[in-house]
Order: sequence, then structure tokens, then C-alpha cells
Amino acid sequence: MTLGLINANPVVHAKKERIVRSEEPHTDNVIDPLDIYDFVRDIRDPEHPYSLEQLSVLSEESITVDDKLGLILITFTPTVRHCSMATVIGLCLRVKLKHYFPPHYKVDIKVSPGSHASEESVNKQLNDKERIAAALENPNLRQLVDECLYSNEL
Amino acid sequence: MDSFELKEVQRLEGHTDRVWSLDWNPATGHAGIPLVFASCSGDKTVRIWEQNLSTNLFSCKAVLEETHTRTVRSCAWSPSGKLLATASFDATTAIWENVGGDFECVSTLEGHENEVKSVSWNASGTLLATCSRDKSVWIWEVQPGNEFECVSVLQGHTQDVKMVRWHPTEDILFSCSYDNNIKVWADEGDSDDWQCVQTLGESNNGHTSTVWALSFNASGDKMVTCSDDLTLKVWETENIGMQSGGGFAPWRHICTLTGYHERTIFSVHWSRGGIFASGAADDAIRLFASNSESQVDGPLYKLLLKKEKAHDMDINSVQWSPGEKPLLASASDDGTIKVWDLIS
Repeated sequence: MTLGLINANPVVHAKKERIVRSEEPHTDNVIDPLDIYDFVRDIRDPEHPYSLEQLSVLSEESITVDDKLGLILITFTPTVRHCSMATVIGLCLRVKLKHYFPPHYKVDIKVSPGSHASEESVNKQLNDKERIAAALENPNLRQLVDECLYSNEL
Repeated sequence: MDSFELKEVQRLEGHTDRVWSLDWNPATGHAGIPLVFASCSGDKTVRIWEQNLSTNLFSCKAVLEETHTRTVRSCAWSPSGKLLATASFDATTAIWENVGGDFECVSTLEGHENEVKSVSWNASGTLLATCSRDKSVWIWEVQPGNEFECVSVLQGHTQDVKMVRWHPTEDILFSCSYDNNIKVWADEGDSDDWQCVQTLGESNNGHTSTVWALSFNASGDKMVTCSDDLTLKVWETENIGMQSGGGFAPWRHICTLTGYHERTIFSVHWSRGGIFASGAADDAIRLFASNSESQVDGPLYKLLLKKEKAHDMDINSVQWSPGEKPLLASASDDGTIKVWDLIS
């Protein structure tokens, strides 16, 4: 792992007030983007003890759903333009969503336009299914992802 | 105009994770020998499936487990059908031999720095090629006693190499990569001096994103490639006798099939009868054939049929079987394999 933090001084925002949503597993055919947002907003950033929402990496506008195509698109904004943790954030999002949504939904993840110095190259990595599968078999990466997903600090 | 239908013959369950790839045993499917294929999965195992000659249904004959410690990404039978090579994310390639119905791992090829993505035998079964995320392509020579000696480590791709395939008749190796290129490798001096003799990239009308697979037609003068750029491309070469005597004849692009796929195309396979099948991340199988009504400047290939929702999730591999009346097998993220009959 890197010795110094990529971004030592992130801007932290207050948590948005949240509406209590049903705990039941999703049964309808229609998926509300806000349901997805609820599941991912509290994922902890790989480097800082704050959620992706608090760091404005994710917001409600990050999620779009096309029910007809069965497609979920998530766009996130790394805290710095040269962030090397972008792929880890992508892995966290995919693992979290896998648990909650019907497996036949396709998930595309991108960095928001203009938010990363190597936008095209990062987007390619974020969506290469084979690379994602191999990364999740790497115990070190898997541990980092698990920490981000199951952190009790929030 | 003929109308075609892809009829589902069977749906095979067994793997407990996504099925990445499958390969038909080339020595089966004729002279009373039942068709056999191998499949490999994220569950770290390889399964061997055999067709029952009376019912025509397939059943699982063996599970090759406790060898690979990570996903098994691809598998390839030797031309004689006696050996099976399996490539894994654990950075090794295992060689299995069928010893009286049981499969034994008789050799393990190590050397790649990380995940091995693909493995391929040459036409005579004397050479094996592997490729990896470490950007290299390795060529191994098959020696007596199931020994394998690495004779060349080929550098050239600048990214993850997704697939390697030997030409069906010549000892010429093709590789395709996350770097969007297809590379052609040949033994220049006939003394294990393997070099890249051609690169098919964007400047040659090549792909603009990861190239996932390639497949040759039966005569070996055409090749089809598929990509994350949502297109299939067909390439052609003039001189099939491409060995050192005749000199190498370059490949050139002849057709791009665009607008047919909405998501990444992971697999393409050309049948001996001239139809190529594609398997994609939109859960569909598509079949293409030569366009017999082709006009001047018209498309050379046409869509024969599209089977939507062929699987519940991404299709990772499509392969035509050997034998008189070819079947099509497909492998998916949904953990199943389906066998299809092409009816006209």
C-alpha cells in the first residue's frame, strides 16, 4: 500500500438527512435509484474514515436506472483528479450491489466527466469484468473492500 | 431466403460460479464416439461433459478440482483429445490426462507473473501457447513424458493479453489484448526465434477497445475478432502457405459488423460450415454468415439470427462442436451451459 495518503485533506460534508426506507429485499421489477443510493452512500472511503457521501464522491444524482434494459449506471467523483483509489471504489460498489439486486442487472460504473486525469483509462478498468473478477480474488484487495463495506465507524 | 432457428437442446447446471469458457474435444463426435466438452469456472473447477448416444443428452462425467486455487479462465484440448490444458487466475496452466476415465494433473506450467487468461495448442499438438495479464505470451514445446519446455516469452502487448489462438494449419500464433491490438507471431528463423510479424491496431481499421477473442474459418484464410468496442471485425490473408518458404502474407481488414451488439462481445467462433456465432454481455447469441446477395460495396456478412435472452446473464463463450451436425454450446455468468441445435 502507498505510504502517504493520496488526498490528505479531503473536504467532508455533513450526512444528508435520510428517509427511513423499507428493510425488505427488493421484490418489484422497478428499481428506484434512491434505493440503490441508500445501499451505497455509507460505503467508507478506502483512505479516510468518512463515507463516500460525506466526501461527495457519491450523491443522489450518481445513480441512474434503466429498468427496461436492466441497466444501472453509477457515476462517482473521486476526491482528487489523480486518485488511484478509483478502481477500489468501483470494486466496493460492485460487491455491495451484488448482494442487494437481482443478478441479471448490468452495472456500469464511471467517474464523472472531467473528474479524473485518466478518465478513459480508469473507466475502462472499472468495467472490465475479467479484471474485476481477478481483483476480487486478490486477498489484499478483498480485505480492503471488506473494510470499506463493513466498517462500523459510521 | 432461409430462415434459421437456434433451438435449446439442454441446459446444464453444476458449476457453482460463472462459467467462463468451454472447449469441445476434437477427437469426439464421430465414428460412434460420443461428443465431449470441458467447461471451466469461477468455482475453480473444470467439468467434463459427455453426450449419451441414445438420448443425445449431456451429463457431467468428471469434476477436476483441488488443483487450481483461483478461477479457471479457459481450457483447451490437445488435437489428439488426450490432453486438456487449463489456464487459471492462479498464474498456472495445468495439463490433465484422461487415465481410464479419471483425469489426472500430469504437469503444471508456471512462469507467468499473474493471471493466465488463455491457452491454445497448435494444429500438430507440438506447441502450446499461454497469455496473461502480465502482458506476455509464452510458447511451450511439448516433450516426451508430458514435459513442457518454455521456448519463448513474447513481449509486445502493452496491456493484459486476453486470448491466444494458433492458426488452424500453420504454426503462426495470434494474440489479442486489452491494448486494443491483435498481434501475429511467427518463428522467423525456424530456431525458436519467435517475433511479432504484424500488429493489427486502430491504424489498420482495427478495434478501438479491448479485443476479447478471435476465431478462424475452416480454411484459415479468414479470421473474425470481437471487442468491447461492440463490433466484430473480419480479416483476410492471401497466402495460406505462410511458412518461411513462402514468406509471411499480411492480414487485412475486410469487414466491420457494427450496430448489432449493445454491450461487450466476449466470444466469437467460426463453424466449419461458415457461420460465426457471437456471445455478448447483453445475454444474446448472434449468428452471422456470408452475404450471398452481396452487391458491390455491400456488406460481406449478414446477421442470420439473434437469440435474445439466450442466458439470464452475460455470455462468456460460444463454441461450435465437432462432428457431422454441429451443435453450439454457450457458457454464462449465470453458472449454466446451454447446448443448441441450429435448425433451418
